[in-house]
Amino acid sequence: MIALITSILAITLRAGTSLIYATIGEIYTERSGILNLGLEGMMLMGAVSAFATVYYTGSLGLALIVSMLTGIVLSSLHAFLSITMRANQVVSGLSITLFGTGLASFLGQRLGPASNGHYLIGLIGEKFTPFAIPGLSKIPVIGAVFSQDILTYIVYLIIPVAWFYMYKTKNGLNLRAVGESPQTADAMGINVYRTRYIYTIVGGTLVALGGAHLSLSYAPGWTDNITGGRGWIVIALVIFSMWNPSRAIWGALLFGGINAIQFRLQATGTTISAPFLNMLPYIVTIVVLVLMTWFETLNKKVGAPAALAVPYMRGEK
Amino acid sequence: MENVQKESVPILEMLGITIRFPGVLANDNVDLELFPGEVLALLGENGAGKSTLMNVLAGLYRADSGRILIKGKEVEINSPKDAMALGIGMVHQNFKLVETMTVAENVILGLDSEDFILDLKKVGNRIREISDHYNLKVDPGAMIWQMSVGEQQRVEILKLIYRGAEVLILDEPTAVLTPQEAKDLNRIVKQMTSEGKSAIFITHKMDEVMEFSDWVRVLQKGRLVSVVKTKDTSPKDLSRMMVGREVLFRIEKEPSVPGEVVLKVENVVAMNDKGLKALKGISFSIRKGEILGIAGVAGNGQRELTEVITGLHKVVSGKIIIENTDMTNKSPLEIIKSGVSHIPSDRVAMGIVGDMSVANNLAMKEYRKEPLTKYGILHPKRIFTMAKKMITAFMIATPSPLTNVKFLSGGNIQKTILAREIGACSSLLVAAYPARGLDVGATESVRNEMIAERDNGRAVLLVSEDLDELMSVSDRIAVMNGGHIMGIVDADKSDIAGLGMMMAGVPLEELK
Repeated sequence: MIALITSILAITLRAGTSLIYATIGEIYTERSGILNLGLEGMMLMGAVSAFATVYYTGSLGLALIVSMLTGIVLSSLHAFLSITMRANQVVSGLSITLFGTGLASFLGQRLGPASNGHYLIGLIGEKFTPFAIPGLSKIPVIGAVFSQDILTYIVYLIIPVAWFYMYKTKNGLNLRAVGESPQTADAMGINVYRTRYIYTIVGGTLVALGGAHLSLSYAPGWTDNITGGRGWIVIALVIFSMWNPSRAIWGALLFGGINAIQFRLQATGTTISAPFLNMLPYIVTIVVLVLMTWFETLNKKVGAPAALAVPYMRGEK
Repeated sequence: MENVQKESVPILEMLGITIRFPGVLANDNVDLELFPGEVLALLGENGAGKSTLMNVLAGLYRADSGRILIKGKEVEINSPKDAMALGIGMVHQNFKLVETMTVAENVILGLDSEDFILDLKKVGNRIREISDHYNLKVDPGAMIWQMSVGEQQRVEILKLIYRGAEVLILDEPTAVLTPQEAKDLNRIVKQMTSEGKSAIFITHKMDEVMEFSDWVRVLQKGRLVSVVKTKDTSPKDLSRMMVGREVLFRIEKEPSVPGEVVLKVENVVAMNDKGLKALKGISFSIRKGEILGIAGVAGNGQRELTEVITGLHKVVSGKIIIENTDMTNKSPLEIIKSGVSHIPSDRVAMGIVGDMSVANNLAMKEYRKEPLTKYGILHPKRIFTMAKKMITAFMIATPSPLTNVKFLSGGNIQKTILAREIGACSSLLVAAYPARGLDVGATESVRNEMIAERDNGRAVLLVSEDLDELMSVSDRIAVMNGGHIMGIVDADKSDIAGLGMMMAGVPLEELK
């Protein structure tokens, strides 16, 4: 039994890693007042670019860098459209998802070697493998936390750092002010446009890394739609976290956990239909989200940044 | 104060400032001079360019031409940061505070000099020091959204002191304050000037110009028309300079000739947004050709009262009868159709759609009917013609009927609402703080419109915090306190002391 729980926890963390990267990235973006619905496309582009790089160079480090650059390019586009051009952020984000999804799929059929019909699908490349931390990984159950790959270990660091930066530093204070009241931030000498650009791009970089984790560790490899809608789940997880990085882990673990359990169930040869089990993580996430939001609304604690998705222009009433 | 003024170098000089906005010359070659320890009042009608001029100092707008000198040295102010570094701080009309943050967080917002890892304890201590020094009574850990408007304003002032402001700019600081809070603000400003700081404030209230300031500069349509020493002038002179004509301070009106009852409110009970009782059994009536004033400190149920009458708020028990028809808990549209008009207290949020044109805003009540619409299709040409007529009749200063209404000044926004609401009114006009934040000229025209409506046989409910306004405009005054009506008196037989007692919660019967 303990072995089962340990292994479920291990899979949960592995499944949750990409979600946590993307959730924290999107929390930072939204805290600055920019809504980026391009996550799904950006995660897919992050995944395909990382895998193509690692396949040809064998360098995991280079793969991460290329994936981050992809995130930077796509989120810069969203930043330019929604901050400088003051476009509708929903439209801009959706078009990035459509564009990213299509382009990633296209690249997956063109970037591969001729021997594989130029397909990336079905290839095997270098991957991040889990390694146990001596001592700690031997603890029952908790040991699962300490036998992960490097990207998951980095996530353990990113969560507290992201929280500390947002709530305890000067830059974090300025960031929150820009998302809550850009007029105030502007009058207080904070450069609203620059702040929004920075965090939209930082957020996009983390989102792409989330995608890279899928193709470099979780899958590993490339298949069409490798994210399985995780980009959309992240939008929900951001709300679930109430825009607080320290709470990002719970939503990600919920989704990852249900995922791990349903895999296990399928492996036991249960009679419950497989499509239903595959659907389970999504349903549970939505149900929990609705309940949580309802509960938080009752307590008047809804934490959406007040200026989320509202373009800023000086001197408007 | 005299010897301070003789110091040769002014702390601040603005020379030949000109600012152009699309279609308007907001400031035309304006000069300004301020010495340490001085208070300068900037006076002018709405749209005269006072706030614009001050926003240049605060770094939010840039002048098209002109020079700014600080302590005799020419400077460039390109951003709020530059302004702060030069010791200029501004308290804006709409406070620049993040509501979901604490006082301490707001005070240090955007400051480069703070440590990267914030030391809020240290900041809190410094805030307490400043607060004690000026007796501001501000708690550094309190959340902004839980504070009253007066407290928030003190946070704004504290924020500027914390940042080392030498010149304080206050944009209509008393418009949102009770008389007591205004007095307190005056004390704070006086203490600061006695310590060598200086202040510029924008106001429309003549008695405050006289009480607060050392110098007055009057702007008219973007131009500086006069500079006078406060002690060498009078409210009458000032208003003449400002408007360019004599202004009536006493409203002249005929005695009212009340007809039959238009609005009857019977024992109305209603909750506020937090689910607490805001109206605890209110009863009164208004007749045709009569203005009933509602006095009281803000937050004693006035907002809920105007909202239950206009259908925006549910009544728990009691009745609202308009022209002999029971209109309790009817929809706003049904109430509008019965001829009720509403001038809401929050004019930008509830009175207009900022991104729509002046013409469309003016048509917003009549658009359902002919001639503005036919077979459910709007007739833009007719809307345009109607708007043009109303713009002339109500003297709304707008570049064109097609300009988005959010680009107009506060006074002209109010005139737009007034034009629409009065045009559509056939039984009852509910006006909440209609003259708040308006200059003398606009205030006068708003008040005269109320009286004209009365003389046209409408019933008017006027909610206001300004006792002078209530006593000169209304025929009877009801005083609210804690969701009750303390008493209703005839305006010409009322006195400030008696009304003040009732505002503080003493019922009329106990006054006698």
